[in-house]
Amino acid sequence: MAVFVKLFFTFFKIGAFTFGGGYAMLPLIQVEVIDTHGWLALNEFIEVIAIAEMTPGPVAINAATFIGYRTAVFFGALVATLGVVLPSFLIILIIVRLFTGLTKSPWTKGIFTGIKPAVIGLIGLALWRVGSVTLTDYKAVLIFLGALVLLLKGRLHPIPVLILAGLSGLLLT
Amino acid sequence: MPERTKRTNLFSLFITFFKVGAFTIGGGYAMVPVIQREVIENHQWLDTEEFVELIAIAEMTPGPIAVNTATFVGYRTGGFLGSVMATLGVVLPSFSIILAIALFFPRLTSHPITQRLFYGIRPAVAALIGSAVFKLGKQILKTKFGFVIAIAVFLVQLLLGVPPIPTLLIAAVAGLLYQYVVEEKDHHKQPSKTGGK
Repeated sequence: MAVFVKLFFTFFKIGAFTFGGGYAMLPLIQVEVIDTHGWLALNEFIEVIAIAEMTPGPVAINAATFIGYRTAVFFGALVATLGVVLPSFLIILIIVRLFTGLTKSPWTKGIFTGIKPAVIGLIGLALWRVGSVTLTDYKAVLIFLGALVLLLKGRLHPIPVLILAGLSGLLLT
Repeated sequence: MPERTKRTNLFSLFITFFKVGAFTIGGGYAMVPVIQREVIENHQWLDTEEFVELIAIAEMTPGPIAVNTATFVGYRTGGFLGSVMATLGVVLPSFSIILAIALFFPRLTSHPITQRLFYGIRPAVAALIGSAVFKLGKQILKTKFGFVIAIAVFLVQLLLGVPPIPTLLIAAVAGLLYQYVVEEKDHHKQPSKTGGK
């Protein structure tokens, strides 16, 4: 029982504090799932990101379902997914009913002047931590740089990049 | 509204957002054009102006943009039940697909071939995160203040181990203060003023 409660509240917290979606949630998942609870190893977490990128749907939900299942099978997946969805659901319901002028308020503007760049710093830290376990030899660094160029300069979709990277892994090992 | 129309509406909300959830790979802004086509063009549940407001709200509220959108559109068109159906619809595809993957590939990386595949995929995941830093950075870091906050957040976490949530709260307060200072400066702008940057 305790594990379900922990899963729910952990993913509720993740859902409630990830602004910007997608990669902005990685640092929070890292801290909560890997450091605090030890539900996944950092390497498994990197696999979850790859799987989440290759399957449809929001990364947050994919990650919650996967980690929930790994931790406590079906009901773990259910509870974690519910936890990550509930904050957005409740907040949007409240906004739709109560605050119609929210987007134009100077308070919101000020808060997001601070939060938006902070999210970049958070994702930067995720890059640092994932980089420090993945870029361990020159081949991995080459794949990293090649993928970065394809994504930024070639404007390729993540899926073909991940497939190409997987094939390079086969060729180089 | 007659009972019958309402029921069809709930069902088509569910199906529409199921489609959005099932056909957008990668999440986030990849979903925006799909949502736009379904919600504005196919069903006329929102007009363009409402859609722009919705994206702004989704950006400034936590959680996946797809969930925010589903809840918003669902509530506007079908009340509370509408928001439940639309959110359920958008979540269900990822949930079932990931469940199937976790179920049938319990230890995905234990096989030697997948191990070699993942040898290549892992650094590419680092590149995905790197490209997110670049793209978002280009979009967001337009002021000196933004740069300072981003770098400060990075260093404070790396060196002092401050967790993300307090870091975000401090950044929000810094943003409010900055906004206040900038507006005060604009207010008192006079030709004779000294010390301005």
